[in-house]
Amino acid sequence: METSQDSGLSALEIDALRRLAGVLIPPDAALAMPGADDPDILADLLATLGRDQARVQAALGALLAAGFAAAAPAEAETLARSRMATAGPEAGTLGRVILQCYYRDPRVLRALGQDPRPPFPGGHVLEQGDWSLLDPVRARTPFWRDDRAGAA
Amino acid sequence: MTRNETVDVLIIGSGASGAAVAWSLAETRMNILCLEQGDWTRPTDFPANGRDWEARRYGDFAISPNERARVTDYPVNDADSPMKVANFNGVGGGTIFYTAHFPRLHPSDFRVRSLDGVASDWPIDYWALEPFFAENDRMMGVSGLAGDPGVPARDPPMPPIPLGRTGAAYARAMNRLGWHWWPSDTTVATTEYDGRAACINLGHCTPGCAQGAKASTDITYWPRALRAGVKLRPRCRVREITLNEHGMAAGAIYYDADGAECFQPAEMVILAANGIGTPRLLLNSASARCPDGLANSSGLVGRNLMLHPWPQVSGYVAETVDGGRGPMTSLWSKQFYETDPARDFVRGYTLQFARGAGPVAEAVDSLAAGRLPWGEGHHRAFRALLDHRLRIGIACEDLPEAHNRVTLDPELTDSDGIPAPKIDYRIGENTRRMMAHGIARATEIMEAAGATQIGVSPTLNSPGHLLGTARMGTDPEHSVVNPWGRCHDVRNLFIVDGSIWVTSGGVNPTSTIQALALYIADRIKQRLATLFDPG
Repeated sequence: METSQDSGLSALEIDALRRLAGVLIPPDAALAMPGADDPDILADLLATLGRDQARVQAALGALLAAGFAAAAPAEAETLARSRMATAGPEAGTLGRVILQCYYRDPRVLRALGQDPRPPFPGGHVLEQGDWSLLDPVRARTPFWRDDRAGAA
Repeated sequence: MTRNETVDVLIIGSGASGAAVAWSLAETRMNILCLEQGDWTRPTDFPANGRDWEARRYGDFAISPNERARVTDYPVNDADSPMKVANFNGVGGGTIFYTAHFPRLHPSDFRVRSLDGVASDWPIDYWALEPFFAENDRMMGVSGLAGDPGVPARDPPMPPIPLGRTGAAYARAMNRLGWHWWPSDTTVATTEYDGRAACINLGHCTPGCAQGAKASTDITYWPRALRAGVKLRPRCRVREITLNEHGMAAGAIYYDADGAECFQPAEMVILAANGIGTPRLLLNSASARCPDGLANSSGLVGRNLMLHPWPQVSGYVAETVDGGRGPMTSLWSKQFYETDPARDFVRGYTLQFARGAGPVAEAVDSLAAGRLPWGEGHHRAFRALLDHRLRIGIACEDLPEAHNRVTLDPELTDSDGIPAPKIDYRIGENTRRMMAHGIARATEIMEAAGATQIGVSPTLNSPGHLLGTARMGTDPEHSVVNPWGRCHDVRNLFIVDGSIWVTSGGVNPTSTIQALALYIADRIKQRLATLFDPG
């Protein structure tokens, strides 16, 4: 587990982030999806905040100022949804960093049928497809405008 | 200030046009130097190498210099523009960061006044550029398919990118509607080509190709130019071009990687710094002799900025399609490219059919578009989105308007203290009508494909092509450079990038930018004995 020193976030901010992540992306056992408050996902999030730290802190600060830490579960969810929908670029950054860490977690990717690896060097297979679909287009006469003298 | 040895040719910028002109001029055996403000990018630097491959598109590999914010980037004040700027500052320039879509301007694009009564004709035509298009296709390595009835004949040296499931879905929809479609010309190598490996469908082409299958000029033109004796000096940021007592360009003052101020004398200077970097540099080169900026007696430096408004329509089909597994570029349609008097606008657009996105990009985009909820329902909604997306870009021609312009920001600077550019830009009425038409047609295509959740992207933040800010022409009062790229005001100063475009067409510009650079290099070579003569 990351500490507040690693991420630049205070313990209060980390608690708020954990709670928020779990509200925004809750676990779904039937689909084998962890919640975004999963310890490994949260650790990834805290370790990779980097240049987004200031905006994330600003978004969390606004959430805390609205009483998020002490809110009952139902109230916390309402608060989280409304803040994330209306609180400007800071909330946008916060949402994006949660998504970018969640959707690179190997368990999440496997549950979605994705290969949990970077694209290179393995690459992917792309079907050649049915090029006979092009036949009716091949049959068309040229229709770009020819600007040369004497052109139709 | 350090004063370097004089060179014959100083090129500023190593991207699409700078690399092409450097390679072409190398055969003259002149002493040629290129200054580039950014670095070389190694294949291992590209995001596709790591598990954070998607996240880096929002950070150090963002397409916007303001988001990327590397020390080698300069900021652009784009607060007064609904469209944002895309560029890359490094060896290869914007070709490091393009989608590799490689259409050419059409013949009609050079004749917009004569044919459609708007803007101005170019002083050259498609046919003058045709051999240079072909030469550039060979140098960059183009994949595609001959026989397209929507464009003039050309002969791509490699076969097209596979249709894939996504391409087939588009093809069936377009055939139902009876509309034109064709596999796009791209600079993605579909076979081994000139030392480049074939594409293995990393699916993340835009922020650089770790496989090296996408042609960027650092791996196409530059190796050949360097072997031919051209010198390339990275991490050198030019501040201004100076004049001598005869009003000719004397060279350029730049900051090296250590921030030291240097002067590079040159017999001739070629600007290849893109449609924002070039006017920025000309305006930053104002002096007592030219207080409104260098080469700006017409007052047109920085004006007529064209950015290509590019709405995107997304839809989701029930079948599983390619998602982010394959080059984003797929097919194009020229059905609505040429002017149709029955419409309420002139000129036209290309429809560009793209594949989907990786999981992070799909989630971020869909959240912003309101398709993906937070909380309960998030997971089931996401399963209907990932790998089910079709995405059509509408590449609208952007007509030149003088009020759309690049100026210098009074406060913002880059890391060397050089004033940064500011853009003021509004989308014109003709373009708005064109966008509406394109969105309606793209929606019809989505419906024909059986897509649901059809929606228009809420932003116009990409691609932000940079064109038109130092236009070419025969009249010095109404243009900045002559028909072969030489500044009317400064006879040993040339411009070869997208600045010199008279109109924008409705296509990605890189192919035509490079053909034009090769054309200008050829004109220079033909005129070496009289290159700086008046007239």
